[in-house]
Amino acid sequence: MPEALLDANARGAAARRDDLRLISDWIPRGATVLDLGCGDGSLLASLREERDVNGYGLEIDQDNIAACFEKGVNVIEQDLDKGLGNFQSERFDYVIMTQALQAVLRPDAILDEMLRVGREAIITFPNFGHWRVRAYLGFKGRMPVSSALPYEWYDTPNIHLCTVKDFQVHCQRNDIRIIERTVVNRHHRSGALTRAWPNLFGEIAVYRVTR
Amino acid sequence: MPESIPPDSVGLVEPQTLHVDQPLELECGRVLPAYDLVYETYGTLNAEASNAILICHALSGHHHAAGYHGADDKRPGWWDSCIGPGKPIDTDRFFVVCPNNLGGCHGSSGPLSRNPETGELWGPDFPMMTVKDWVKSQTRLADALGVHQWAAVVGGSLGGMQAMQWAIDFPDRLRHSVVIAGAPKLSAQNIAFNEVARQSILTDPNFHGGRYYLHDTYPRQGLILARMVGHITYLSDDAMRMKFGRDLRSGRFHFGFDVEFQVESYLRHQGETFSRNFDANTYLLMTKALDYFDPARDYEHSLEKAMEQTRCKFLVMSFNSDWRFAPERSREIVNALVQAGRDVSYAEIDTPKGHDAFLLPIPEYTKLFGAYLGRVADEVSAHA
Repeated sequence: MPEALLDANARGAAARRDDLRLISDWIPRGATVLDLGCGDGSLLASLREERDVNGYGLEIDQDNIAACFEKGVNVIEQDLDKGLGNFQSERFDYVIMTQALQAVLRPDAILDEMLRVGREAIITFPNFGHWRVRAYLGFKGRMPVSSALPYEWYDTPNIHLCTVKDFQVHCQRNDIRIIERTVVNRHHRSGALTRAWPNLFGEIAVYRVTR
Repeated sequence: MPESIPPDSVGLVEPQTLHVDQPLELECGRVLPAYDLVYETYGTLNAEASNAILICHALSGHHHAAGYHGADDKRPGWWDSCIGPGKPIDTDRFFVVCPNNLGGCHGSSGPLSRNPETGELWGPDFPMMTVKDWVKSQTRLADALGVHQWAAVVGGSLGGMQAMQWAIDFPDRLRHSVVIAGAPKLSAQNIAFNEVARQSILTDPNFHGGRYYLHDTYPRQGLILARMVGHITYLSDDAMRMKFGRDLRSGRFHFGFDVEFQVESYLRHQGETFSRNFDANTYLLMTKALDYFDPARDYEHSLEKAMEQTRCKFLVMSFNSDWRFAPERSREIVNALVQAGRDVSYAEIDTPKGHDAFLLPIPEYTKLFGAYLGRVADEVSAHA
Protein backbone atom coordinates (compact mmCIF):
# COMPACT_ATOMS: atom_id res chain seq x y z
CA MET A 1 0.00 0.00 0.00
CA PRO A 2 1.41 3.47 -0.86
CA GLU A 3 2.43 5.53 2.13
CA ALA A 4 -0.09 8.26 1.41
CA LEU A 5 -2.90 5.73 1.53
CA LEU A 6 -1.61 4.16 4.73
CA ASP A 7 -1.52 7.62 6.22
CA ALA A 8 -5.02 8.26 4.99
CA ASN A 9 -6.19 5.02 6.57
CA ALA A 10 -4.62 6.02 9.87
CA ARG A 11 -6.39 9.36 9.71
CA GLY A 12 -9.64 7.57 8.89
CA ALA A 13 -9.18 5.40 11.97
CA ALA A 14 -8.49 8.50 14.07
CA ALA A 15 -11.70 10.10 12.79
CA ARG A 16 -13.61 6.98 13.76
CA ARG A 17 -12.09 6.99 17.23
CA ASP A 18 -13.24 10.57 17.76
CA ASP A 19 -16.73 9.64 16.60
CA LEU A 20 -16.79 6.95 19.25
CA ARG A 21 -16.71 9.45 22.06
CA LEU A 22 -19.69 11.29 20.64
CA ILE A 23 -21.64 8.08 20.05
CA SER A 24 -20.88 6.45 23.41
CA ASP A 25 -22.83 9.17 25.21
CA TRP A 26 -25.97 8.25 23.31
CA ILE A 27 -25.95 4.54 24.16
CA PRO A 28 -27.57 3.51 27.46
CA ARG A 29 -26.16 0.75 29.67
CA GLY A 30 -26.90 -2.81 28.61
CA ALA A 31 -28.16 -1.91 25.12
CA THR A 32 -27.80 -4.31 22.19
CA VAL A 33 -25.80 -2.92 19.30
CA LEU A 34 -24.92 -3.82 15.71
CA ASP A 35 -21.92 -1.89 14.37
CA LEU A 36 -21.77 -1.80 10.56
CA GLY A 37 -18.21 -1.58 9.28
CA CYS A 38 -16.85 -1.99 12.80
CA GLY A 39 -13.18 -1.67 11.82
CA ASP A 40 -10.82 -2.97 14.49
CA GLY A 41 -13.65 -3.25 17.02
CA SER A 42 -12.65 -0.22 19.15
CA LEU A 43 -16.19 1.13 19.50
CA LEU A 44 -17.65 -2.23 20.53
CA ALA A 45 -14.76 -2.88 22.94
CA SER A 46 -15.21 0.50 24.63
CA LEU A 47 -19.00 0.14 24.75
CA ARG A 48 -18.56 -3.28 26.34
CA GLU A 49 -16.18 -1.97 28.97
CA GLU A 50 -17.87 1.32 29.75
CA ARG A 51 -21.53 0.51 29.23
CA ASP A 52 -21.89 -3.25 29.47
CA VAL A 53 -23.17 -3.24 25.91
CA ASN A 54 -23.62 -6.53 24.07
CA GLY A 55 -23.00 -6.25 20.37
CA TYR A 56 -21.76 -7.53 17.07
CA GLY A 57 -19.70 -5.87 14.39
CA LEU A 58 -19.89 -6.47 10.66
CA GLU A 59 -16.64 -6.15 8.71
CA ILE A 60 -15.08 -7.38 5.48
CA ASP A 61 -11.42 -6.55 5.99
CA GLN A 62 -9.70 -9.60 7.49
CA ASP A 63 -6.95 -7.58 9.19
CA ASN A 64 -9.71 -5.73 11.01
CA ILE A 65 -11.48 -9.03 11.74
CA ALA A 66 -8.26 -10.37 13.28
CA ALA A 67 -8.00 -7.18 15.38
CA CYS A 68 -11.58 -7.74 16.61
CA PHE A 69 -10.70 -11.35 17.51
CA GLU A 70 -7.73 -10.08 19.53
CA LYS A 71 -10.02 -7.71 21.45
CA GLY A 72 -12.59 -10.46 22.06
CA VAL A 73 -15.19 -8.45 20.13
CA ASN A 74 -17.91 -10.34 18.23
CA VAL A 75 -17.35 -9.74 14.54
CA ILE A 76 -19.14 -11.27 11.57
CA GLU A 77 -17.65 -11.17 8.12
CA GLN A 78 -20.40 -9.66 6.00
CA ASP A 79 -20.59 -7.29 3.05
CA LEU A 80 -22.92 -4.37 3.84
CA ASP A 81 -23.76 -4.04 0.15
CA LYS A 82 -25.49 -7.43 0.38
CA GLY A 83 -27.92 -6.10 2.98
CA LEU A 84 -28.84 -7.17 6.50
CA GLY A 85 -31.42 -9.77 5.46
CA ASN A 86 -29.96 -12.32 7.90
CA PHE A 87 -30.96 -10.20 10.91
CA GLN A 88 -34.51 -10.22 12.20
CA SER A 89 -36.48 -6.98 12.50
CA GLU A 90 -35.93 -4.99 15.70
CA ARG A 91 -33.23 -7.41 16.85
CA PHE A 92 -31.06 -4.54 18.14
CA ASP A 93 -31.57 -1.37 20.17
CA TYR A 94 -29.03 0.51 18.07
CA VAL A 95 -27.52 -0.02 14.65
CA ILE A 96 -24.42 2.13 14.24
CA MET A 97 -22.54 3.08 11.12
CA THR A 98 -19.54 5.35 11.46
CA GLN A 99 -17.91 6.89 8.40
CA ALA A 100 -19.25 4.23 6.05
CA LEU A 101 -22.55 5.61 4.68
CA GLN A 102 -20.67 7.35 1.87
CA ALA A 103 -18.83 4.13 0.97
CA VAL A 104 -21.75 1.75 0.40
CA LEU A 105 -23.43 1.07 -2.95
CA ARG A 106 -26.89 2.20 -1.85
CA PRO A 107 -26.88 4.42 1.26
CA ASP A 108 -30.67 4.76 1.07
CA ALA A 109 -31.19 0.98 1.14
CA ILE A 110 -28.77 0.44 4.03
CA LEU A 111 -30.48 3.21 6.01
CA ASP A 112 -33.82 1.44 5.55
CA GLU A 113 -32.25 -1.83 6.64
CA MET A 114 -30.66 -0.22 9.71
CA LEU A 115 -34.03 1.11 10.78
CA ARG A 116 -35.67 -2.27 10.25
CA VAL A 117 -33.09 -4.25 12.25
CA GLY A 118 -32.65 -1.64 14.99
CA ARG A 119 -35.01 0.54 16.95
CA GLU A 120 -32.70 3.47 16.31
CA ALA A 121 -29.77 4.12 14.01
CA ILE A 122 -26.69 6.21 14.65
CA ILE A 123 -24.84 7.46 11.59
CA THR A 124 -21.73 9.55 11.16
CA PHE A 125 -20.46 10.90 7.85
CA PRO A 126 -18.12 13.59 6.54
CA ASN A 127 -20.07 16.70 5.52
CA PHE A 128 -19.37 17.49 1.87
CA GLY A 129 -21.00 20.88 2.39
CA HIS A 130 -18.24 22.19 4.66
CA TRP A 131 -16.90 25.57 3.47
CA ARG A 132 -13.39 24.24 3.01
CA VAL A 133 -14.67 21.46 0.74
CA ARG A 134 -16.71 23.98 -1.23
CA ALA A 135 -13.70 26.30 -1.46
CA TYR A 136 -11.36 23.48 -2.48
CA LEU A 137 -13.56 22.57 -5.42
CA GLY A 138 -14.66 26.18 -6.09
CA PHE A 139 -11.30 27.89 -6.10
CA LYS A 140 -8.80 25.10 -6.76
CA GLY A 141 -11.13 23.29 -9.14
CA ARG A 142 -9.96 19.97 -7.76
CA MET A 143 -11.61 17.19 -5.78
CA PRO A 144 -11.36 18.10 -2.09
CA VAL A 145 -8.83 16.39 0.17
CA SER A 146 -8.99 17.11 3.90
CA SER A 147 -8.57 15.42 7.26
CA ALA A 148 -12.18 14.24 7.10
CA LEU A 149 -11.82 13.29 3.42
CA PRO A 150 -8.23 12.08 3.20
CA TYR A 151 -8.35 10.33 -0.22
CA GLU A 152 -7.53 11.27 -3.78
CA TRP A 153 -10.35 11.01 -6.33
CA TYR A 154 -8.93 7.78 -7.78
CA ASP A 155 -8.45 5.80 -4.59
CA THR A 156 -11.35 7.00 -2.52
CA PRO A 157 -13.78 4.44 -1.13
CA ASN A 158 -16.24 7.34 -0.73
CA ILE A 159 -18.59 6.95 -3.67
CA HIS A 160 -21.75 8.57 -2.29
CA LEU A 161 -20.70 11.72 -0.48
CA CYS A 162 -23.46 13.94 0.82
CA THR A 163 -23.97 17.15 2.75
CA VAL A 164 -25.76 17.73 6.03
CA LYS A 165 -28.61 19.24 4.01
CA ASP A 166 -28.78 16.27 1.62
CA PHE A 167 -29.09 13.90 4.55
CA GLN A 168 -31.81 15.96 6.24
CA VAL A 169 -33.83 16.21 3.01
CA HIS A 170 -33.51 12.43 2.55
CA CYS A 171 -34.79 11.82 6.08
CA GLN A 172 -37.69 14.18 5.55
CA ARG A 173 -38.74 12.57 2.27
CA ASN A 174 -38.52 9.05 3.70
CA ASP A 175 -40.28 9.53 7.03
CA ILE A 176 -37.10 9.14 9.03
CA ARG A 177 -37.27 11.07 12.29
CA ILE A 178 -34.12 12.80 13.51
CA ILE A 179 -33.89 12.41 17.28
CA GLU A 180 -30.54 14.06 17.79
CA ARG A 181 -27.85 15.70 15.70
CA THR A 182 -24.34 16.81 16.48
CA VAL A 183 -22.22 18.53 13.88
CA VAL A 184 -18.60 19.07 14.80
CA ASN A 185 -15.48 20.62 13.36
CA ARG A 186 -12.26 18.83 12.55
CA HIS A 187 -11.30 18.77 16.24
CA HIS A 188 -14.58 17.01 17.00
CA ARG A 189 -15.86 20.05 18.84
CA SER A 190 -19.11 21.78 18.34
CA GLY A 191 -19.27 25.57 18.70
CA ALA A 192 -21.41 28.59 17.87
CA LEU A 193 -20.53 28.41 14.18
CA THR A 194 -21.24 24.67 13.74
CA ARG A 195 -24.51 25.13 15.61
CA ALA A 196 -25.62 28.16 13.60
CA TRP A 197 -24.49 26.97 10.14
CA PRO A 198 -23.92 23.21 10.39
CA ASN A 199 -23.81 22.62 6.65
CA LEU A 200 -21.09 25.24 6.27
CA PHE A 201 -18.95 24.79 9.37
CA GLY A 202 -19.51 21.16 10.33
CA GLU A 203 -16.96 18.62 9.11
CA ILE A 204 -18.44 15.53 10.71
CA ALA A 205 -22.15 14.95 11.13
CA VAL A 206 -23.52 12.58 13.75
CA TYR A 207 -27.20 11.67 13.62
CA ARG A 208 -29.48 9.55 15.77
CA VAL A 209 -32.60 8.62 13.80
CA THR A 210 -35.63 6.36 14.01
CA ARG A 211 -38.80 5.53 12.11
CA MET B 1 9.63 -38.15 9.45
CA PRO B 2 11.90 -35.31 8.29
CA GLU B 3 15.59 -35.70 9.19
CA SER B 4 15.19 -33.43 12.18
CA ILE B 5 11.98 -32.43 13.93
CA PRO B 6 10.95 -28.91 12.88
CA PRO B 7 10.84 -26.37 15.75
CA ASP B 8 7.11 -25.80 15.25
CA SER B 9 6.27 -29.50 15.60
CA VAL B 10 5.11 -31.20 18.78
CA GLY B 11 7.75 -33.84 17.93
CA LEU B 12 7.44 -37.51 18.86
CA VAL B 13 4.14 -38.40 20.43
CA GLU B 14 2.66 -41.55 21.90
CA PRO B 15 -1.02 -42.52 21.95
CA GLN B 16 -2.59 -43.37 25.30
CA THR B 17 -5.65 -45.39 26.16
CA LEU B 18 -8.42 -44.64 28.63
CA HIS B 19 -10.49 -47.62 29.66
CA VAL B 20 -13.99 -46.68 30.83
CA ASP B 21 -16.06 -49.18 32.84
CA GLN B 22 -19.02 -46.88 33.30
CA PRO B 23 -21.68 -47.97 30.74
CA LEU B 24 -22.54 -45.50 28.01
CA GLU B 25 -26.21 -45.17 27.09
CA LEU B 26 -26.49 -44.44 23.41
CA GLU B 27 -29.04 -42.49 21.41
CA CYS B 28 -30.00 -45.65 19.47
CA GLY B 29 -31.21 -47.19 22.74
CA ARG B 30 -28.33 -49.62 23.18
CA VAL B 31 -25.72 -49.47 25.93
CA LEU B 32 -21.98 -49.80 25.55
CA PRO B 33 -21.04 -51.64 28.77
CA ALA B 34 -17.36 -50.64 28.72
CA TYR B 35 -15.07 -49.10 26.17
CA ASP B 36 -11.60 -47.82 25.32
CA LEU B 37 -10.77 -44.35 24.09
CA VAL B 38 -7.40 -43.90 22.43
CA TYR B 39 -6.10 -40.33 22.53
CA GLU B 40 -3.05 -38.16 22.23
CA THR B 41 -2.10 -35.04 24.16
CA TYR B 42 0.31 -32.23 23.31
CA GLY B 43 1.52 -29.45 25.60
CA THR B 44 1.10 -29.23 29.36
CA LEU B 45 -2.03 -28.92 31.48
CA ASN B 46 -1.70 -25.92 33.81
CA ALA B 47 -2.30 -26.11 37.57
CA GLU B 48 -5.86 -24.77 37.24
CA ALA B 49 -6.62 -27.24 34.40
CA SER B 50 -7.95 -24.23 32.48
CA ASN B 51 -5.84 -24.38 29.33
CA ALA B 52 -7.14 -27.60 27.76
CA ILE B 53 -8.38 -27.73 24.18
CA LEU B 54 -10.31 -30.69 22.82
CA ILE B 55 -9.83 -31.51 19.14
CA CYS B 56 -12.70 -33.43 17.51
CA HIS B 57 -11.85 -35.31 14.34
CA ALA B 58 -13.77 -35.58 11.09
CA LEU B 59 -15.06 -38.55 9.09
CA SER B 60 -11.81 -40.38 8.42
CA GLY B 61 -9.74 -38.78 11.18
CA HIS B 62 -8.30 -40.23 14.37
CA HIS B 63 -6.39 -39.36 17.54
CA HIS B 64 -3.07 -38.69 15.78
CA ALA B 65 -3.58 -34.98 15.08
CA ALA B 66 0.01 -33.70 15.33
CA GLY B 67 3.64 -34.74 15.53
CA TYR B 68 5.19 -38.10 14.64
CA HIS B 69 4.92 -41.61 16.05
CA GLY B 70 8.34 -42.69 14.89
CA ALA B 71 11.23 -42.16 12.55
CA ASP B 72 9.48 -44.09 9.78
CA ASP B 73 6.46 -41.76 9.60
CA LYS B 74 6.24 -40.16 6.20
CA ARG B 75 3.80 -37.54 7.39
CA PRO B 76 2.88 -35.88 10.70
CA GLY B 77 -0.61 -36.04 12.27
CA TRP B 78 -3.61 -34.89 10.24
CA TRP B 79 -3.83 -31.36 11.70
CA ASP B 80 -0.13 -30.66 12.13
CA SER B 81 -0.61 -27.45 10.08
CA CYS B 82 -2.58 -25.97 12.97
CA ILE B 83 -1.24 -27.69 16.12
CA GLY B 84 2.24 -27.05 17.52
CA PRO B 85 4.46 -24.45 19.17
CA GLY B 86 3.53 -21.03 17.74
CA LYS B 87 0.79 -22.45 15.52
CA PRO B 88 -2.89 -21.41 15.88
CA ILE B 89 -3.50 -24.17 18.45
CA ASP B 90 -0.32 -23.22 20.28
CA THR B 91 1.03 -26.12 22.35
CA ASP B 92 3.26 -23.69 24.27
CA ARG B 93 0.08 -22.23 25.74
CA PHE B 94 -2.54 -24.96 25.50
CA PHE B 95 -2.87 -28.56 26.60
CA VAL B 96 -4.31 -30.24 23.52
CA VAL B 97 -6.30 -33.48 23.64
CA CYS B 98 -7.41 -35.46 20.61
CA PRO B 99 -9.30 -38.75 20.98
CA ASN B 100 -10.27 -41.31 18.37
CA ASN B 101 -14.06 -41.49 18.33
CA LEU B 102 -15.99 -44.58 19.36
CA GLY B 103 -16.77 -46.72 16.35
CA GLY B 104 -13.45 -45.72 14.83
CA CYS B 105 -10.81 -48.09 13.55
CA HIS B 106 -7.64 -46.65 15.07
CA GLY B 107 -7.71 -48.07 18.59
CA SER B 108 -10.85 -46.80 20.32
CA SER B 109 -13.65 -49.31 20.76
CA GLY B 110 -15.28 -49.97 17.41
CA PRO B 111 -16.01 -52.67 14.85
CA LEU B 112 -12.37 -53.89 15.03
CA SER B 113 -12.42 -54.39 18.81
CA ARG B 114 -14.00 -57.15 20.86
CA ASN B 115 -17.40 -57.08 22.46
CA PRO B 116 -16.54 -57.53 26.17
CA GLU B 117 -19.74 -59.55 26.68
CA THR B 118 -19.11 -62.14 23.96
CA GLY B 119 -15.37 -61.95 23.39
CA GLU B 120 -16.09 -61.78 19.65
CA LEU B 121 -15.11 -58.96 17.29
CA TRP B 122 -17.89 -56.35 17.17
CA GLY B 123 -17.80 -56.03 13.39
CA PRO B 124 -21.17 -54.85 12.02
CA ASP B 125 -22.76 -55.37 15.48
CA PHE B 126 -21.02 -52.36 16.98
CA PRO B 127 -23.80 -49.96 17.99
CA MET B 128 -24.61 -47.05 15.70
CA MET B 129 -23.01 -43.91 17.10
CA THR B 130 -24.20 -40.32 16.93
CA VAL B 131 -22.45 -37.00 17.47
CA LYS B 132 -24.29 -36.75 20.81
CA ASP B 133 -22.90 -40.14 21.87
CA TRP B 134 -19.37 -39.13 20.94
CA VAL B 135 -19.61 -35.93 22.91
CA LYS B 136 -20.91 -37.82 25.94
CA SER B 137 -18.01 -40.29 25.70
CA GLN B 138 -15.57 -37.39 25.44
CA THR B 139 -16.84 -35.98 28.76
CA ARG B 140 -15.52 -39.17 30.41
CA LEU B 141 -12.10 -38.45 28.92
CA ALA B 142 -12.29 -34.87 30.23
CA ASP B 143 -13.17 -36.20 33.69
CA ALA B 144 -10.26 -38.64 33.62
CA LEU B 145 -7.86 -35.87 32.63
CA GLY B 146 -9.17 -33.58 35.39
CA VAL B 147 -10.53 -31.05 32.91
CA HIS B 148 -13.81 -29.66 34.18
CA GLN B 149 -14.08 -26.98 31.52
CA TRP B 150 -12.32 -26.89 28.16
CA ALA B 151 -10.80 -23.57 27.16
CA ALA B 152 -12.13 -24.54 23.73
CA VAL B 153 -13.58 -27.45 21.82
CA VAL B 154 -12.40 -27.27 18.23
CA GLY B 155 -13.20 -29.20 15.07
CA GLY B 156 -13.56 -29.08 11.31
CA SER B 157 -16.40 -30.65 9.31
CA LEU B 158 -17.85 -33.53 11.39
CA GLY B 159 -15.45 -32.34 14.12
CA GLY B 160 -17.11 -28.91 14.06
CA MET B 161 -20.45 -30.61 14.57
CA GLN B 162 -19.10 -32.19 17.77
CA ALA B 163 -17.85 -28.75 18.91
CA MET B 164 -21.39 -27.43 18.38
CA GLN B 165 -23.00 -30.39 20.18
CA TRP B 166 -20.64 -29.91 23.14
CA ALA B 167 -21.88 -26.34 23.51
CA ILE B 168 -25.53 -27.45 23.42
CA ASP B 169 -25.30 -30.56 25.62
CA PHE B 170 -22.66 -29.48 28.15
CA PRO B 171 -22.84 -25.67 28.18
CA ASP B 172 -20.80 -25.27 31.37
CA ARG B 173 -17.96 -27.48 30.26
CA LEU B 174 -16.43 -25.24 27.57
CA ARG B 175 -15.65 -21.55 27.19
CA HIS B 176 -15.28 -21.48 23.41
CA SER B 177 -16.59 -23.59 20.56
CA VAL B 178 -14.74 -23.38 17.25
CA VAL B 179 -16.76 -24.72 14.31
CA ILE B 180 -14.82 -24.85 11.04
CA ALA B 181 -16.29 -25.85 7.65
CA GLY B 182 -19.34 -27.21 9.43
CA ALA B 183 -23.09 -27.31 8.93
CA PRO B 184 -26.08 -27.37 11.29
CA LYS B 185 -27.25 -30.58 9.58
CA LEU B 186 -26.69 -32.40 6.32
CA SER B 187 -28.61 -31.45 3.20
CA ALA B 188 -30.38 -34.04 1.04
CA GLN B 189 -27.46 -33.76 -1.39
CA ASN B 190 -24.94 -34.43 1.41
CA ILE B 191 -26.90 -37.52 2.48
CA ALA B 192 -27.16 -38.63 -1.14
CA PHE B 193 -23.36 -38.63 -1.53
CA ASN B 194 -23.02 -40.59 1.73
CA GLU B 195 -25.57 -43.10 0.49
CA VAL B 196 -23.62 -43.67 -2.74
CA ALA B 197 -20.53 -44.30 -0.62
CA ARG B 198 -22.38 -46.73 1.63
CA GLN B 199 -24.00 -48.59 -1.26
CA SER B 200 -20.63 -49.11 -2.92
CA ILE B 201 -19.42 -50.84 0.28
CA LEU B 202 -22.65 -52.72 1.05
CA THR B 203 -22.89 -54.17 -2.48
CA ASP B 204 -19.25 -55.23 -2.70
CA PRO B 205 -19.30 -59.08 -2.91
CA ASN B 206 -16.54 -59.13 -0.31
CA PHE B 207 -18.63 -57.28 2.27
CA HIS B 208 -20.29 -60.46 3.60
CA GLY B 209 -22.83 -58.54 5.71
CA GLY B 210 -19.98 -56.76 7.46
CA ARG B 211 -18.30 -60.00 8.59
CA TYR B 212 -15.63 -59.91 5.91
CA TYR B 213 -12.93 -60.57 8.53
CA LEU B 214 -14.37 -64.08 9.00
CA HIS B 215 -13.71 -64.67 5.30
CA ASP B 216 -10.23 -63.23 5.45
CA THR B 217 -11.11 -60.47 3.01
CA TYR B 218 -12.52 -56.93 2.97
CA PRO B 219 -14.66 -54.85 0.58
CA ARG B 220 -11.67 -53.24 -1.06
CA GLN B 221 -13.45 -52.12 -4.22
CA GLY B 222 -16.36 -50.71 -2.23
CA LEU B 223 -14.05 -48.70 0.02
CA ILE B 224 -12.14 -47.38 -3.00
CA LEU B 225 -15.35 -46.20 -4.66
CA ALA B 226 -16.65 -44.71 -1.42
CA ARG B 227 -13.48 -42.71 -0.96
CA MET B 228 -13.37 -41.62 -4.59
CA VAL B 229 -16.85 -40.16 -4.46
CA GLY B 230 -16.14 -38.63 -1.05
CA HIS B 231 -12.92 -37.09 -2.28
CA ILE B 232 -14.67 -35.36 -5.17
CA THR B 233 -16.83 -33.54 -2.62
CA TYR B 234 -13.77 -32.50 -0.58
CA LEU B 235 -12.20 -30.65 -3.50
CA SER B 236 -13.60 -27.77 -5.50
CA ASP B 237 -13.99 -27.62 -9.27
CA ASP B 238 -11.25 -24.96 -9.34
CA ALA B 239 -8.93 -26.99 -7.14
CA MET B 240 -9.27 -29.99 -9.48
CA ARG B 241 -8.75 -27.80 -12.54
CA MET B 242 -5.59 -26.30 -11.05
CA LYS B 243 -4.26 -29.63 -9.83
CA PHE B 244 -5.04 -31.83 -12.84
CA GLY B 245 -6.83 -29.92 -15.55
CA ARG B 246 -7.31 -32.40 -18.39
CA ASP B 247 -3.72 -33.59 -18.20
CA LEU B 248 -3.14 -37.05 -19.61
CA ARG B 249 -0.71 -39.50 -18.02
CA SER B 250 0.88 -40.54 -21.30
CA GLY B 251 0.06 -37.43 -23.30
CA ARG B 252 -2.38 -39.15 -25.70
CA PHE B 253 -5.72 -40.94 -25.77
CA HIS B 254 -5.70 -44.74 -25.55
CA PHE B 255 -9.39 -45.19 -26.33
CA GLY B 256 -9.92 -47.55 -23.39
CA PHE B 257 -10.98 -47.60 -19.75
CA ASP B 258 -7.61 -47.69 -18.06
CA VAL B 259 -6.35 -44.62 -16.26
CA GLU B 260 -5.76 -41.88 -18.83
CA PHE B 261 -6.50 -38.56 -17.16
CA GLN B 262 -4.40 -37.50 -14.18
CA VAL B 263 -7.53 -36.89 -12.13
CA GLU B 264 -8.50 -40.55 -12.57
CA SER B 265 -5.08 -41.66 -11.42
CA TYR B 266 -5.27 -39.40 -8.38
CA LEU B 267 -8.73 -40.56 -7.33
CA ARG B 268 -7.81 -44.24 -7.71
CA HIS B 269 -4.65 -43.70 -5.70
CA GLN B 270 -6.57 -41.91 -2.93
CA GLY B 271 -9.15 -44.70 -2.90
CA GLU B 272 -6.60 -47.48 -2.79
CA THR B 273 -4.54 -45.92 0.02
CA PHE B 274 -7.71 -45.34 2.00
CA SER B 275 -9.02 -48.89 1.48
CA ARG B 276 -5.83 -50.31 3.00
CA ASN B 277 -6.05 -48.11 6.10
CA PHE B 278 -9.71 -47.82 6.94
CA ASP B 279 -12.32 -50.26 8.12
CA ALA B 280 -15.50 -50.56 6.05
CA ASN B 281 -17.82 -50.95 9.06
CA THR B 282 -16.34 -47.81 10.59
CA TYR B 283 -16.86 -45.91 7.35
CA LEU B 284 -20.52 -46.95 7.24
CA LEU B 285 -21.02 -45.94 10.86
CA MET B 286 -19.29 -42.57 10.56
CA THR B 287 -21.31 -41.55 7.50
CA LYS B 288 -24.52 -42.42 9.35
CA ALA B 289 -23.42 -40.28 12.32
CA LEU B 290 -23.06 -37.40 9.83
CA ASP B 291 -26.53 -38.04 8.37
CA TYR B 292 -28.18 -38.20 11.80
CA PHE B 293 -26.60 -34.97 13.07
CA ASP B 294 -29.33 -32.38 13.58
CA PRO B 295 -29.18 -30.68 17.00
CA ALA B 296 -32.28 -28.59 16.24
CA ARG B 297 -34.35 -31.79 16.16
CA ASP B 298 -34.34 -31.94 19.97
CA TYR B 299 -35.60 -28.35 20.14
CA GLU B 300 -38.72 -28.29 17.97
CA HIS B 301 -36.52 -28.14 14.87
CA SER B 302 -35.37 -24.67 15.85
CA LEU B 303 -31.62 -24.16 15.65
CA GLU B 304 -32.08 -20.91 17.54
CA LYS B 305 -33.72 -22.78 20.45
CA ALA B 306 -30.89 -25.32 20.39
CA MET B 307 -28.37 -22.50 20.55
CA GLU B 308 -30.20 -20.94 23.50
CA GLN B 309 -28.82 -23.84 25.54
CA THR B 310 -25.24 -22.70 24.95
CA ARG B 311 -23.17 -20.48 27.25
CA CYS B 312 -19.80 -20.40 25.49
CA LYS B 313 -18.45 -18.06 22.81
CA PHE B 314 -18.31 -19.26 19.23
CA LEU B 315 -15.94 -18.90 16.33
CA VAL B 316 -17.38 -20.09 13.03
CA MET B 317 -15.18 -20.24 9.92
CA SER B 318 -15.92 -21.36 6.38
CA PHE B 319 -14.16 -21.49 3.00
CA ASN B 320 -15.72 -19.84 -0.04
CA SER B 321 -14.96 -22.74 -2.44
CA ASP B 322 -16.34 -25.41 -0.07
CA TRP B 323 -19.46 -26.83 -1.72
CA ARG B 324 -19.81 -29.81 0.60
CA PHE B 325 -20.53 -27.53 3.58
CA ALA B 326 -20.75 -24.17 1.86
CA PRO B 327 -20.39 -20.82 3.68
CA GLU B 328 -24.19 -20.46 3.65
CA ARG B 329 -24.38 -23.47 5.99
CA SER B 330 -21.96 -21.82 8.42
CA ARG B 331 -23.97 -18.61 8.23
CA GLU B 332 -27.07 -20.57 9.30
CA ILE B 333 -25.18 -21.42 12.49
CA VAL B 334 -24.08 -17.79 12.95
CA ASN B 335 -27.59 -16.42 12.40
CA ALA B 336 -29.09 -18.84 14.92
CA LEU B 337 -26.47 -17.78 17.48
CA VAL B 338 -27.09 -14.07 16.86
CA GLN B 339 -30.81 -14.60 17.18
CA ALA B 340 -30.23 -16.51 20.43
CA GLY B 341 -28.10 -13.60 21.66
CA ARG B 342 -24.90 -15.61 21.95
CA ASP B 343 -21.36 -14.38 21.40
CA VAL B 344 -20.23 -15.38 17.92
CA SER B 345 -17.62 -14.35 15.39
CA TYR B 346 -17.51 -15.46 11.78
CA ALA B 347 -14.90 -15.37 9.03
CA GLU B 348 -15.04 -16.66 5.48
CA ILE B 349 -11.68 -17.64 4.02
CA ASP B 350 -11.03 -16.96 0.34
CA THR B 351 -9.37 -20.09 -1.08
CA PRO B 352 -9.88 -22.40 -4.06
CA LYS B 353 -9.09 -25.49 -1.93
CA GLY B 354 -12.66 -26.60 -1.18
CA HIS B 355 -13.79 -28.47 1.92
CA ASP B 356 -10.31 -29.87 2.58
CA ALA B 357 -9.04 -26.32 3.16
CA PHE B 358 -9.60 -26.66 6.91
CA LEU B 359 -6.67 -29.09 7.03
CA LEU B 360 -4.28 -26.89 5.06
CA PRO B 361 -1.80 -24.17 6.08
CA ILE B 362 -3.60 -21.29 4.33
CA PRO B 363 -2.06 -18.01 5.64
CA GLU B 364 -5.34 -16.01 6.01
CA TYR B 365 -6.92 -18.97 7.77
CA THR B 366 -4.11 -19.67 10.22
CA LYS B 367 -3.79 -15.95 10.94
CA LEU B 368 -7.46 -15.56 11.94
CA PHE B 369 -7.54 -18.90 13.75
CA GLY B 370 -4.39 -17.89 15.67
CA ALA B 371 -5.74 -14.42 16.49
CA TYR B 372 -8.88 -15.93 18.00
CA LEU B 373 -7.14 -18.65 20.00
CA GLY B 374 -4.47 -16.12 21.07
CA ARG B 375 -7.24 -14.22 22.80
CA VAL B 376 -8.50 -17.47 24.36
CA ALA B 377 -4.98 -18.12 25.69
CA ASP B 378 -4.81 -14.54 27.07
CA GLU B 379 -8.09 -15.14 28.91
CA VAL B 380 -6.60 -18.32 30.40
CA SER B 381 -3.50 -16.44 31.62
CA ALA B 382 -5.61 -13.56 32.99
CA HIS B 383 -7.56 -15.96 35.21
CA ALA B 384 -4.61 -18.12 36.25
